Amino acid sequence: MTMEKPGLIESATFSRDVIHEIQRAADTGIYDIRGFGAKRKVPHFDDLLFLGASMSRYPLEGYREKCGTDVTLGTRFAKKPIKLDTVVTIAGMSFGALSANAKEALGRGANIAGTSTTTGDGGMTPEERQNSKTLVYQYLPSRYGMNPDDLRKADAIEVVLGQGAKPGGGGMLLGQKITDRVAQMRTLPKGIDQRSACRHPDWTGPDDLAIKIQELREITDWQVPIYIKVGATRTYYDVKLAVKAGADVIVVDGMQGGTAATQDVFIEHVGIPTMAAIPQAVRALQEMGMHRKVQLIVSGGIRSGADVAKCMALGADAVAIGTAALVALGCNHPKWDEEYQKIGSAAGFYDDYHEGKCPAGISTQDQELASRLDPVDAGRRLANYLNVLTLEAQTLARACGKSHLHNLEPEDLVALNVEAAAMAGVPLAGTNWIPGKEF
Amino acid sequence: MKFDLKTQTVREVNQALHDLPKDKQAEVEINGISGDHNLAVGMDHPVKITLNGHAGYYCAGMNKEAEIIVNGNAGQGVAENMMSGKVHVKGNASQSAAATAHGGLLVVDGDAAARCGISMKGVNIVVKGSVGHMSAFMGQSGCLVVCGDAGEALGDSLYEAHLYVKGKVESLGADCIEKEMRAEHLEELSALLKEAGCDDNPEDFTRYGSGRQLYNFKVDNTSAY
Repeated sequence: MTMEKPGLIESATFSRDVIHEIQRAADTGIYDIRGFGAKRKVPHFDDLLFLGASMSRYPLEGYREKCGTDVTLGTRFAKKPIKLDTVVTIAGMSFGALSANAKEALGRGANIAGTSTTTGDGGMTPEERQNSKTLVYQYLPSRYGMNPDDLRKADAIEVVLGQGAKPGGGGMLLGQKITDRVAQMRTLPKGIDQRSACRHPDWTGPDDLAIKIQELREITDWQVPIYIKVGATRTYYDVKLAVKAGADVIVVDGMQGGTAATQDVFIEHVGIPTMAAIPQAVRALQEMGMHRKVQLIVSGGIRSGADVAKCMALGADAVAIGTAALVALGCNHPKWDEEYQKIGSAAGFYDDYHEGKCPAGISTQDQELASRLDPVDAGRRLANYLNVLTLEAQTLARACGKSHLHNLEPEDLVALNVEAAAMAGVPLAGTNWIPGKEF
Repeated sequence: MKFDLKTQTVREVNQALHDLPKDKQAEVEINGISGDHNLAVGMDHPVKITLNGHAGYYCAGMNKEAEIIVNGNAGQGVAENMMSGKVHVKGNASQSAAATAHGGLLVVDGDAAARCGISMKGVNIVVKGSVGHMSAFMGQSGCLVVCGDAGEALGDSLYEAHLYVKGKVESLGADCIEKEMRAEHLEELSALLKEAGCDDNPEDFTRYGSGRQLYNFKVDNTSAY
């Protein structure tokens, strides 16, 4: 418990943050809207550890013995599956939420690292297509900028049902970011607070979705993979239904996944942690005989190669990063601290992406701010970061004696606490006890 | 050119349609249809396609340039996300007709079900019969013309789409209001009625549009959000 000085005791229930929020709500009469992902502490990959090889298993020699990192996505139905050099992909983020320079930087970084980027709620920009070798086109409830020409230009299509930051909610883009170009792309009046739909307009339920997916395949002549993205909630059932609906790839986004703008109450109180969702998804796929046949991409709070390797060990085929990619570009960089302070934040804390005042030129449509981000330099930073993630994951895989990241398995993991053991379905360290499992 | 779905698959027919030359006019007839889904989707050609029979879901989905006639009823999402061209349903249309469509013209000779023109983004829709509830929900741009009646919550959360209804409106949705029919609207409506082959008098219609009260978050609008 924090003490300002001896005798002044802060309430655990009514902490200073809670009191501040009550005061803010009373002042403004509107819920807090912000970007970023969940900030509360939830069981996460930090609560898992790898069991390196020793007597019973052989490790691989670092730098000498091969440890593969590539992945092929969309092998179920698509004529042209996606082949990537690394299992780390870039999650969907829109032009509108992000500046054109930030989108370009994401494409450049992903190209160098040999991975894919993804469009967002607002359509595909020509610059984005040009700068991304492998581009996944999101098909969202709002259908802003949805265009069959762009659909045919995409390397894969991602049907978005929800995202981890707000499962069951639509997007938001507030008036200050609806510039002429953004308004034109979304067919909306300039300067309005745009509320994206939370449900698709022309299908309801998994049976309709199967027909919708077939339509997308017919339009693209069955060439490209079709992903289904869900926010992590009832993941076991959602994954089974997504397989039944005909997905090539399923993307599961945990509650730590970021957003450009949503109610804080949504971000912090809806959805389940990424670590808890993966075993549910994998179990659903295994029961249907589809594990590794329908690929699983997981996202939400992935920061390091350790997180990547742990996702692989739990059974994912690939991961996606959003918030971490923006940080690599320069979001929340200390060199902008003075400017963050001016807008009531600080480097390392900034989450008001919806305001469009991002000092780093990333989550903004202000041309002057956006020009601060050099897409070539920022792209290089992202590529460096992606390479570090891949190298770190390889390091851990080799230590476990694995010649490919996909060979990592749950048996390589133990949990540091009971919660993580139960969610991840791996034993508590030093025991053979997995809560909820009978032996 | 003729196809028969009794002997050919939807995939074969759609592939043959996509393989047509993009710069040449052509006439295509598709027979043997029995509620098949995804017929003539993703066209990007100035061709005329006649579908003889009842079409399933997403018929003429994402159409560009083609003129597609359905001699029967059409299932959910007919002409969804159409960009240009014309789709004419001679029977009734199921829900979400012309959902999110950006351009072109959809004509429905019969009735259209719920959510007709949902999230419309520039398409023009003329329904000679009535439309179901929540039609033009979140309509952003384009025109919805209804020669019959409209169901509950017409134009809920409407942006800038223009709505014209001749008959009774069960109820208006949030932020949808009756508006004055000015000369430019009569002109717009007359042109659409003519293009759709309707002889209704534009003067008999009422115009509805956005009240623009929900465009920016306001504390006192809580119940409307």
